[in-house]
Amino acid sequence: MRRRVDEEEVMITLFYIGLCICCFLCLYRIGRGPSAPDRTVAIDILGIVIVGFCAILGLVTGKDFYLNVALAWALLSFIGTIALAKFLEGRSFDD
Amino acid sequence: MTDIIGHILIIVGILFDIFGCIGLVRFPDVYNRLQASTKCVTLGTILLLVGVALVSGVPATSTKAIICAVFILITSPTAAHAIAKGAYASGVELWENSVVDKYAEEIQK
Repeated sequence: MRRRVDEEEVMITLFYIGLCICCFLCLYRIGRGPSAPDRTVAIDILGIVIVGFCAILGLVTGKDFYLNVALAWALLSFIGTIALAKFLEGRSFDD
Repeated sequence: MTDIIGHILIIVGILFDIFGCIGLVRFPDVYNRLQASTKCVTLGTILLLVGVALVSGVPATSTKAIICAVFILITSPTAAHAIAKGAYASGVELWENSVVDKYAEEIQK
């Protein structure tokens, strides 16, 4: 019984470390990216990774509302990315 | 048994996420980065959400995770398409060793 709990803790720590590596790689590209579309791509990817992070948090803590946070985050990230892409294309927001 | 399958799906999903983000850092061009990272991270996060839905036996959590996965499956390629079109329209050059540019030929017509 004791050993089982330890294995779960190690696995949860590995999940956190993997997702943190993803987030920091995206942040590197946001800071370093030479042009605006690079940063837009990195922001989009960071939003999707954070949705997965919220799902893992909801699984580990057993709280239900983290999945609601993930849904809202996915929606807002999509809308923000579409707005940035239209802005890059040189059009205004209402055509 | 369901726990084991769910944990394997979560691990594979996180590996896909890491590979996609490494592609986001390592590739030389906006379009290469877009095509490397968007597909890998979309598949990885969908696998992760399906794994979360399998591991947590609660029906409300599983339903929300599946809804989230379907939403990401619909919206992520749309966002990638919009970003690629915006990047081309804002004048970002292709990588110098790129061999083909079909979209320019399409515009020329």
